[in-house]
Amino acid sequence: MYEFDWSSIPGAMPYLLKGMWITLEILAVAVLVGIVWGTLLALMRMSPFKPLSLFAASYVNLFRSIPLVMVLLWFFLIVPSFLVDIFDIPRSTDTRLVSAMFAFAMFEAAYYSEIIRAGIRSVSGGQLGACYALGMTYAQAMRLIILPQAFRNMVPLLLTQGIILFQDTSLVYVSSLADFFGTAYQVGSRDGRLVELLLFSGAVYFIISFSASLLVKYYQKRKPA
Amino acid sequence: MNYHWNWDIFFTETPSGSTTYLGWMLSGLQITIALSLSAWLLALMIGVLMGVLRTVPNRWLSGIAAFYVEVFRNIPLLVQLFIWYFVLPELLPASVGDAFKSLNPMLQQFLAAMVCLALFTGARVCEQVRSGINSLSRGQKAAGLALGLTLPQTYRYVILPMAIRIILPPLTSEFLNIFKNSAVCSTIGLLELAAQSRQLVDYTAQPYESFIAVTVMYMMINVVVMFLMHRLEARVRVPGTMGGH
Repeated sequence: MYEFDWSSIPGAMPYLLKGMWITLEILAVAVLVGIVWGTLLALMRMSPFKPLSLFAASYVNLFRSIPLVMVLLWFFLIVPSFLVDIFDIPRSTDTRLVSAMFAFAMFEAAYYSEIIRAGIRSVSGGQLGACYALGMTYAQAMRLIILPQAFRNMVPLLLTQGIILFQDTSLVYVSSLADFFGTAYQVGSRDGRLVELLLFSGAVYFIISFSASLLVKYYQKRKPA
Repeated sequence: MNYHWNWDIFFTETPSGSTTYLGWMLSGLQITIALSLSAWLLALMIGVLMGVLRTVPNRWLSGIAAFYVEVFRNIPLLVQLFIWYFVLPELLPASVGDAFKSLNPMLQQFLAAMVCLALFTGARVCEQVRSGINSLSRGQKAAGLALGLTLPQTYRYVILPMAIRIILPPLTSEFLNIFKNSAVCSTIGLLELAAQSRQLVDYTAQPYESFIAVTVMYMMINVVVMFLMHRLEARVRVPGTMGGH
């Protein structure tokens, strides 16, 4: 029978916390940029101007039809040469973190935009008419009336998508970036304690994601319908 | 950018001979498809079983199903995969673990990947099945029972045939997801499509051609699956519902 030995975890805590910090950094950037860019994509997709809506639709469908692993590989390939060409930074700079943030933000925006589009549609159409009747422009109506209501309806879905994203960030493993999971894996193979470290990281992801999903449920219940 | 495009690489022979780089990609495509389809069949069985358990009037059974869903939904797929592949063979009784480790490495990877994807996706299918069952009017179950059917018979002949037809559209997107998620299995060394794209880059040093070709293959899988599922949806549509004509 396998003999567990958890003793390498306490000593590795500083590394693991540093890894978790990187995970959270990627998460924060991807959520913020993803929601902003996703909102723009949703608005573009609903625009009566054909080229704009066509662009947004193709963007969303493209990202939704390819695996996240492939998207990450693409961005790890493209972003570094892009940065080197534009900002004239030395080729040896570690661009993996920036590439990962960029990849997740662009990828998540496609998913967020679908949630946001559904949210905008859930606001009754008469509201836009009422805004126009009050003399507002389209931009004013969206910013002051439609989007605030749409976002309030969408909060649970956006948060749930955030929990999925939190779990998906572990895939930066393909670039051997030391996020939380990557660090746990490295410590595990360094000490020959892969079994313990993998179980530990699974437990940490579970506790965080499960508590977050309970909070989302609580929020949904508390919210007046 | 001065990148030298060279699409001829796909028709160049690989160092090991006997096949071209295109051949490598196609073998990766085969594994992706075989893995996704086998995992999908398992996921459907697990998902329907667990989905039913979640709705039966027995706290223990529905508790087991709820526990299953929460565990498999709240741990990243990558971590689950590593646990199946690296951890479980160590924790099993030595004889079973050793039997697994003496298998052909590719078979080990494939089995771990299949079980992992099946249970991961099964948890999602379970939630769809549950919401499908809950969306039926309560009268259907009562009518089944009133006609003298047992509870299992009511599920078999009344509830499930309706529920599954109702949840076909969300199931389609889970079916698409399993193909995309199978790319994660490249991390344990399984030479499926995404892994082949990296191997191609290593061997040919033509990253753009390799990635474009593999990306297009994933998009083609998507189109084919959507086409087939739309035809299935049209065939089994429940008459008189929003989707039915």
